[in-house]
Amino acid sequence: MSRAAAFYRPNRPLLVYAVLYLAFLYAPVALLPVFSFNDSIYAAFPLQGFTTQWYADMFADEAMHGALWNSVKVGAVAAVFATILGVFGAKAITRFRIRGVKPVLGVIMLPLVIPPVIMGVALLVLLSQSGVQLSLITVTIGHILICVPFSIVTLMASFEGFDKSMEEAAADLGDNSWWAFWRVTFPMVFPGILASLLLCFTISFDEFIMAFFLAGTEQTLPIFIYGQLRFPQRLPGVLALGAMILTATFVIVFLAQWLRGRSPGVAQSGSE
Amino acid sequence: MADSASLSGPAPAASASRSAGLARTFRRSETLRGYALLSPTLLVMALAMAAPTAMTVALSFFIQTGFEIEATFSLQNYQKVFTNPIFEALFYRTLWISGTCALATVLIAYPMAYYVAFHVHRRKLVWVILMTLPFWTSYLLRVFAWKVVLGYNGAINSGLMSLGLISEPLEFLLYSPEAVIITLAHAWAAFAILPIYVSLEKIDKSLLEAAADLGDGPMARFFRVTLPLSMPGVVAALFLIFIPTFGDFVTPALVGGPDGLMLANIVQKLFGKLNDWPLGSALSISMMAVVTCLCLAILWLSRKAKERLI
Repeated sequence: MSRAAAFYRPNRPLLVYAVLYLAFLYAPVALLPVFSFNDSIYAAFPLQGFTTQWYADMFADEAMHGALWNSVKVGAVAAVFATILGVFGAKAITRFRIRGVKPVLGVIMLPLVIPPVIMGVALLVLLSQSGVQLSLITVTIGHILICVPFSIVTLMASFEGFDKSMEEAAADLGDNSWWAFWRVTFPMVFPGILASLLLCFTISFDEFIMAFFLAGTEQTLPIFIYGQLRFPQRLPGVLALGAMILTATFVIVFLAQWLRGRSPGVAQSGSE
Repeated sequence: MADSASLSGPAPAASASRSAGLARTFRRSETLRGYALLSPTLLVMALAMAAPTAMTVALSFFIQTGFEIEATFSLQNYQKVFTNPIFEALFYRTLWISGTCALATVLIAYPMAYYVAFHVHRRKLVWVILMTLPFWTSYLLRVFAWKVVLGYNGAINSGLMSLGLISEPLEFLLYSPEAVIITLAHAWAAFAILPIYVSLEKIDKSLLEAAADLGDGPMARFFRVTLPLSMPGVVAALFLIFIPTFGDFVTPALVGGPDGLMLANIVQKLFGKLNDWPLGSALSISMMAVVTCLCLAILWLSRKAKERLI
C-alpha cells in the first residue's frame, strides 16, 4: 500500500504544468470581460479606465434583441427535441443488451466528428433542393442533429446507474412499462434530463457554423456577432456581449454538470 | 447485469434443450426490444444524415451554368477538384494545419490528463469540470478571444509594448497558419483531454506495481505500461480533433489571414459569393472521402503496429 502511494505522490512539476495549462485554457476567454469594461475602442493594454458604456450600447441595440430572442427560441426547441430523442437512445442502450449496437451507435454519434461545414452544406443542399424556405426552423433541425449525441452521452450516465429492479418492481405491482417509466424511471433520472436540456440549449445557443448556412434572413446571436466583427468600431460592444454570453454559459454548464453529478449513475460510479 | 438475461432462463424442472431455446429467444427479444426503443432516434438520425449526403452527392455530379443548375451527369466538378493547383495547395495546407493541430493538442493535453488521472485524489470531478468547461463556451467567442490576444493591437503586443520589451508590434502573431493552429489547439483541447483521461483512468494500477516489482524505473514504467495502455485514448483524441479541424472555416477566416485559408473556406465561398453549389458539393464530398480514407489508413497502421508489439 505504502509503495503504491509512492507512485502517486504529489508531483510538483506536473502540478505547475497543470496550472499553466489551465491558464492557457482560461486566459484568452477571461480577457473578454476585462476589456469589455475598458474605456477604449481598442482591446489593448494598458487599460484606460472603467466604463459600462459598451454594455449600455449593446443593450440598446434592437438588432441584438431580435437575434437574442431567435437564439433562445431555437435553443429551447432544439434542446427539447434532442433530449426526447436522447432519452429513447440512452434508455435503449442502457436497458437492453443489444447485439450489433456498436456500429448503430456510431451512426448516431457521427455528428460529433463530421465537420459542421459539411453537415451544414449538405442540409442546405437538401432543404433548398426540396424547396424548403430557410428559416429559424431549418436552423433548429440542424441543431437537433448535433445535440442528440451530447444528449445521449449525458443521459447514459444517469440511466446506467439506474437500478433495473425498481422498474421491474413497478411492473410487478401492475404498472405497464409506459407508467413504470413515468412513475419510477423519469423522477429518478430527472436531474440527468435537466442536465441534457441545459447542455443542448448551450450548444445550440452558441452554435455558429450550421446556423450560418441554414438561417436565411433571420439571424441568431452568433451570426449577429460574426456580422459585427467586420466593423472595428463595434469591437467593444462584441466584447461586452461576449462577456455576458460567457458568464451565462459558465453558469448554465456548471449547473448542468452539478445536476449530472446528482444522477444515480454518476453517484455510484463516483463511489467506486 | 447484462448476463442476468441468459442466467434467468433455466429452471430445474425444464429440459436442458428447451431452456436453452427459451434463453435464446429471450436474448433475441432483448435485442429486438432494444432496437424497438432505439428506433425513433436511430431513424431520425440516419435519415437526417443519409438524405442530405445523398442529395449532395447527386448535386456534385451536376453543372452550374450562370444562375441555373444543369441536371446532367458530369464528372467535371471532380475533375476540377482534383486537378486545380489551388485546391491541391489548399489541401496540403489544410492537412498540415489540422494534422499539426491534432498532434500538438494531444501532446500538450497528455501531461494534464496524466496529472489528473494519477496525481489528483480529492475533488477529481472539479478538475475534470475545470478542464472541460471552456469547451462549452461559444466557439465563435473563443476564436474571437484569440483575435483579441494575438492582434496587431492585441493583448500580447500591447502588453509587451507597455512593458517596454518590444518597440514595434509583432506582426507574425495574427493572420498566419500558426495562429490558426494555436487557436484550434485551444478550441479542441477538451476533445484531447477527455479520451486520454478516460483511458489513463482505466489502467489497472496493480500493473504499475508489478512493473516496479520486476525492476522497472519510473521512465520504463511509463513507456512500457502507461503509454501503451493509454494509446486507445490518444488515437481517439487524434481523430476527434483531426476530422473536425480539417473542415473548419471560422478560425481560418478570423485569425488565418490569406496565408491561413483552408479548404472549408473555399466550400463556404462556393456556397456563398462564388455561387457554384455543384462544385462546392463535389469539394465537400471529396474532403469527407479523403479524410475517411486517411483515418482508415491510420487505424489500420496502428492495428498493425499493435500486433507487431504484442
